[in-house]
Amino acid sequence: MSLLEITNLNLAMRSYEGETQILHGIDLKIERGEIWGMVGETGSGKSLTGLSISRLIPAATGRYLAGSIRFEGTDVLNATEREMRKLRGRKIGMIFQDPTTNLNPAFRIGTQLVDVALHAAEHDPSVLGLSGNASRRERRRAARRVAIEMLGKVGISDPIERIDAYPHQFSGGMRQRMLIAMAMIGKPDLLIADEPTTALDVSVQAQILKLIHQLVLERDIGVLMITHNLGVVAQLCSHVAVMYRGRILETGPVRTVLKQPSHAYTRALLAAIPTVHTKRGELRGIGDIMAEAG
Amino acid sequence: MIRYVIRRLLLLVPMLLGLSVIVFAIARLLPGDPAALAAGPNATPEVLASVQREFGLDKPIPLQYWDYLTGLVQGDWGVSIFTRRPVFEDIVTFLPATLELVAAAMLIAIVLGIPLGLAAAVWRNGVLDYVTRTVSLGGIAMPRFFLGLLLQLCFVTWLDILPLSGRFPLIDLPPEEITGFYTIDSLLTGDWYALRVSLAHLALPALAMSLSPLATIIRMMRASTIEVLQQDYIMTERALGLSSRLILFKYVLKNAMTSTLTVIGLYVSWLLGGTVLVETVFDWPGLGLYATQAILSQDFMPVIGVTLVIAIIYLLSMLIVDLLYGVFNPKVRSS
Ligand SMILES: Nc1ncnc2c1ncn2[C@@H]1O[C@H](COP(=O)(O)OP(=O)(O)O)[C@@H](O)[C@H]1O
Ligand SMILES: [Mg+2]
Repeated sequence: MSLLEITNLNLAMRSYEGETQILHGIDLKIERGEIWGMVGETGSGKSLTGLSISRLIPAATGRYLAGSIRFEGTDVLNATEREMRKLRGRKIGMIFQDPTTNLNPAFRIGTQLVDVALHAAEHDPSVLGLSGNASRRERRRAARRVAIEMLGKVGISDPIERIDAYPHQFSGGMRQRMLIAMAMIGKPDLLIADEPTTALDVSVQAQILKLIHQLVLERDIGVLMITHNLGVVAQLCSHVAVMYRGRILETGPVRTVLKQPSHAYTRALLAAIPTVHTKRGELRGIGDIMAEAG
Repeated sequence: MIRYVIRRLLLLVPMLLGLSVIVFAIARLLPGDPAALAAGPNATPEVLASVQREFGLDKPIPLQYWDYLTGLVQGDWGVSIFTRRPVFEDIVTFLPATLELVAAAMLIAIVLGIPLGLAAAVWRNGVLDYVTRTVSLGGIAMPRFFLGLLLQLCFVTWLDILPLSGRFPLIDLPPEEITGFYTIDSLLTGDWYALRVSLAHLALPALAMSLSPLATIIRMMRASTIEVLQQDYIMTERALGLSSRLILFKYVLKNAMTSTLTVIGLYVSWLLGGTVLVETVFDWPGLGLYATQAILSQDFMPVIGVTLVIAIIYLLSMLIVDLLYGVFNPKVRSS
C-alpha cells in the first residue's frame, strides 16, 4: 500500500463567475522515503493539489468531479471530518509559504505547538512518549517538553525561553522554523510543504531546505515539496512532478526528468533557470549533496 | 507596564485642567444669574448680594476659577445652589446609580454581542445572521428613550412583570451600602430580596441602554471574525488538525476581540454621557437626572463637577481598553 496515491483527480472551483475546472486528472503516488518536488508556474494548481490531500478545500468553494485520494488506504475524499482530523497534524504535516501570516500573532509560540502536539497525541499517545491513560496535566506537561525539544531540533536557540515568545519577536527564517516544528511535532508520515522558502531571503532559504531534508531523512517519511524553483528540486528532491495548467505533464526520478525532459514545457522551465541551466549535464543527486553537507 | 500606566495617569492632569477651564468658562459666561434663581423671585437686592457673596459670585471670573480649582484638589467641588449640598457629596450619591446602569447595559451587550457576532460570522447568511442583522439595524436606528417607552409598554403595561421606574421602591429599605451598586451590595450582604428587587428595577433601563452597543458589538464582532477566519494562520491550524471548536473559541476569538474592544471602550463613555434620557424615562436617580436638573436651574458647580467626573471615567475606560488591547494583541504591548 502506497503512502499516498492520487488517481485521476479532477477539481472544479467556484467563484462569482461560476465553476471552473482547475485540476485535470492528476495522478501521483508517493512512497515513504521519497521526496517529491512539484513544480509549475503560478496558478498551475500546485497548492490546490496539496490542500486536497488533507481535504482542506471547503465544499462551498471546491467540488471534486472525479478521482480519488488514498492516504495509507484511507479514502480521503469520502472520509468523515473526524477521520480527516485523525490524519491532519498526526499523519500529514503541512507547511505553508508565508511564515509571517501563518503563525497566529495573538498567541505564544508554545501555545500553538502544545495544542498541535496534544491533538496528535489524542490519536497516538506515543507522540508525547506517554501511555494511553496519562492525566490531562501530565499530557500538557509532556506536550510542552516535546515542544521545547522540537524547537531545539529546528534550530531555535534557547528554546526553553523562546517557547513563551510571540511570533512577531522572531525573524522570518525563525518563524518558518517554528512552522516546521508545528508541522513535524505530530510525527507525520507525509509532509506537504507549499513553497516553504519562497518568502525568505536566499541565504535563509538554503538553511531551511537543509533543515527539512535532515528531519525527513531522520524519520523516513514521504514529502511533497511544492515549489516553482527547479533549483530547489534539483538540490533536494528524489522525484519530480511537472505541472502545467492543472495537469501533470511528466513525473519521475529527478535525474531522469531533469536530464532528459520529455516535454517541451519542462525544457523551457529548465532553460529559464540559470543555476540549473549552467549546471546542466552535471546535475547531482541528493546523495551527493548530503555527502558534501555531512 | 506600570510606568506606562503612571505616565498615562499623569497625562490625565493637563487634560482635566484644560477641560475644567472650558467648562467653567462656558457655564459662567452663559446668560442668567444663578444667585437670582437661588434667592428666589421675591428676594431683595440685599439678600441677592449676600447670596452672591456666599457662593463667591461677586468675584471676577478668573479668581472664581482659581478658587474653584484650589477647592477641587482638596475635595471641595463647590456647593450646589439647588440642593444646597456639596457637589462632591451629591456626585458620590448619584454616581453609583449611573455606573450600575451603564455597567449592566454593557454587560448585557458584551455577553450577548460577542457570541452572537461570532455565530453570525460562522453561519454567515444563515437565519441567525439575518435576524441579528435586522435587529442590529433597528438597535442602531432606534432612539434609546423610545425603546425605553416600548419596553415599559410591553413589560409593565401588558405583561405587568416589572416595575415601571425608579431604582428601588421608595417605601422599602435598599441594601446596606458598601459599593453603592444595589445589586452588588445585596449580593455582598446576602440580601436576596433586595437583589431581586434591584435587578427587577435595573432590567428595563439597562435593556434600553444596551440595544445600541449590542447592535454595534454584534456587527463589529461579525466583521472581525469573518476577517480572522480568512487568515492564513487559521488554515495552518486547520491543516494541523486542531478542532473547529478550539480554533473558533481560542484562536479566532482572541484575534477578533481586538477591534471589538475599541468599540466597547467608546461605548462606555458614550453611554455615560447619554444616560440623561433613559434616566428621565425610568426616573433613575443617577448623574444624568442630577445634571439635567442642574442645567435647568443654571446651577453650574454641579454641571462642572459632573462633566469632570464623566471625563475622568471616559479617560480611565480608554486607558483600560488600551491595556486590554495589549493583552489581546501582543504586538502592541511590546511597542
Ligand atoms: N478559492 C478559489 N476559488 C476559485 N479559484 C481558485 C481558488 N483558489 C485558487 N483558484 C484558482 O485555481 C488555480 C490554481 O491555483 P493554485 O493551486 O493556488 O496554483 P499554484 O499554487 O500552482 O500557484 C488558479 O488559477 C486560481 O485562480
Ligand atoms: Mg501556490
